[in-house]
Amino acid sequence: MEKLLVLTHVDESGALSKASLEAVAAGVESAKELGASLTIGIVGAQTDAAARQVAGAKARVLTVAGEEFAQSRYASDVAACEALVRAAEATLVFAPAGSRFNRVVPGVAYRLGGVADTHITALGAGEKLEVTRWFYRQRVEAALRRETRPWFLLLETGTRDPFSAADGDTKAERVEVTLPELRSKVVGIRAPKQGEETIRPDAKILFVAGAGWTKKQADGQVHATEAETLILGFLHAADASLGSSKSLVDQSGENQEVLKFMTHMNQVGQTGATPRHPKGLSTCCHGEEPHVVGWRFVNERRAVNLDPNCGWARGKADVLYVADAFKVVAKVNELLLAK
Amino acid sequence: MTNSFHIVVCASTVPDPLQTLEPVTGPAGPTLKNEMMLPAVLDPWAACALYEAAALAAKHTGSKVWLVSLGPKAKLQQVMMTVAQKVPFELVAIDGPLGGFTDAHSTAAALAETIAAIPGLDCGKLLLFGGWESASRGAGVTMQVVGERLGIADQFQGVDQINVKEDGSFEILERVEGGKHQVSECAGAPAVLGWATGNLAEPPNRPQVGMANMRGVMPAIQKAKSVKLDANGLSYASVALPKQQRETRVVRDMPEDEIAREIVAWIAE
Repeated sequence: MEKLLVLTHVDESGALSKASLEAVAAGVESAKELGASLTIGIVGAQTDAAARQVAGAKARVLTVAGEEFAQSRYASDVAACEALVRAAEATLVFAPAGSRFNRVVPGVAYRLGGVADTHITALGAGEKLEVTRWFYRQRVEAALRRETRPWFLLLETGTRDPFSAADGDTKAERVEVTLPELRSKVVGIRAPKQGEETIRPDAKILFVAGAGWTKKQADGQVHATEAETLILGFLHAADASLGSSKSLVDQSGENQEVLKFMTHMNQVGQTGATPRHPKGLSTCCHGEEPHVVGWRFVNERRAVNLDPNCGWARGKADVLYVADAFKVVAKVNELLLAK
Repeated sequence: MTNSFHIVVCASTVPDPLQTLEPVTGPAGPTLKNEMMLPAVLDPWAACALYEAAALAAKHTGSKVWLVSLGPKAKLQQVMMTVAQKVPFELVAIDGPLGGFTDAHSTAAALAETIAAIPGLDCGKLLLFGGWESASRGAGVTMQVVGERLGIADQFQGVDQINVKEDGSFEILERVEGGKHQVSECAGAPAVLGWATGNLAEPPNRPQVGMANMRGVMPAIQKAKSVKLDANGLSYASVALPKQQRETRVVRDMPEDEIAREIVAWIAE
């Protein structure tokens, strides 16, 4: 019989993050389908509130707690996760694919003689667990199995509903961890100033800007400042997240006209992110396959582009408006602000 | 500055992103159709790591960069013709299978064994660089496991910046959720840094660098050790391209006002 452990961690608020609760939901479902025992492991400075959040899962709860585990740091997290897996004697381990566990889970798997597979988008439980993930930057999809145990699976966020049950009491068992000498520490988070954030993972719409925004327009001039105003105006009015084509973010390193707020972190596509949003609006983008990758997990897609034969939009977007994005976005912003 | 580093960059080759990919089943499992014929490039994130490594080595006298790359000899030769023009490095080649469907843990084992055997490598000065994921397997597993195998317990992933201080310690910026960076301080080498894009543009081709690199590249490829990668219990039930064709409604000759109203109504749905 499989022994399933769901690794979670406490976030800054002291509670389990949405991503952790999604992993718990996956664990509850898979344990039932596989006939496996279920344990939930929690890492954090204080874990009591988080333990109450998962009381409804009717699982064994193990915790690693203490100030050293407040930090998202490899050396302490890898030790904490290793201890939890050993205590649970787990053969299957689920964890949310956030930056904290993405960093450590492969190392934990190695320490325990196991294997890790990441970016899991679907779990299919028959007689044997089969998981789905993407290869070649979301261009090839595969279903795979592993015989090796323990098998660690980092579950993509946004692929299922989070676990939800009324808080309750549970008897959490504390697992002690002996840490090695710590040579690194987290000293802070560097974020854009309040109101200047352009990346919003929970936004309902992704606005993708292509290199066309900084090309010469009909009057023969580049209108980068106007483009900045229009794009930022849309982001604020629609509470949207901003993505960019590679060609646009690369311009900052090539001394061309740039949008000042655009960085490589905004890049979506082949060498960028593949964000999950219900809707996406693409403007001034062109190109083929690399762009499609960035839209893989955007459900409804519309594009504004002057080229009606754009290989990007045709067959990839639901609607292609053949129009000048400068004019359309200006009007859209007017309407959104008037609401 | 007196700090010097031994920077090992792990980098694979991947199909040029503009190529059409078609998965097929080969004798050893899934592969890409005509994979050996597809034009290849150095993995994009690993390439960023290489450029950052070269920039760091240039700032710190006495530093050296090794590029450790696993792939079929012919592919390595093709890709190195371009990469060698960019920045100075010493190639350590491993002759092994190509592609994203191989097991990351076995790949890491081969890389770690090779790195540990690099003559003159000082593990006390070691900075292990690579991409935080590859553009083929896209797992984000290999670097951590190589680090573990080499006994390195300070690891950072999604790195965009490293600032080395006078005492040899450094500050590292890692990407975290929401377009933010986590800032960490590390006492010094050894450390693993899985790079995101970093902040450097792709260097221009420099013929003198190319000539110097190529003196070592061809001998390194010729003497590359062959490895077979274990599947580690991995099997594939299916490998396929997604159904991505949509029925696009192409809207022409609609006034901007009307388009805007339609978009605003769609956003509000």
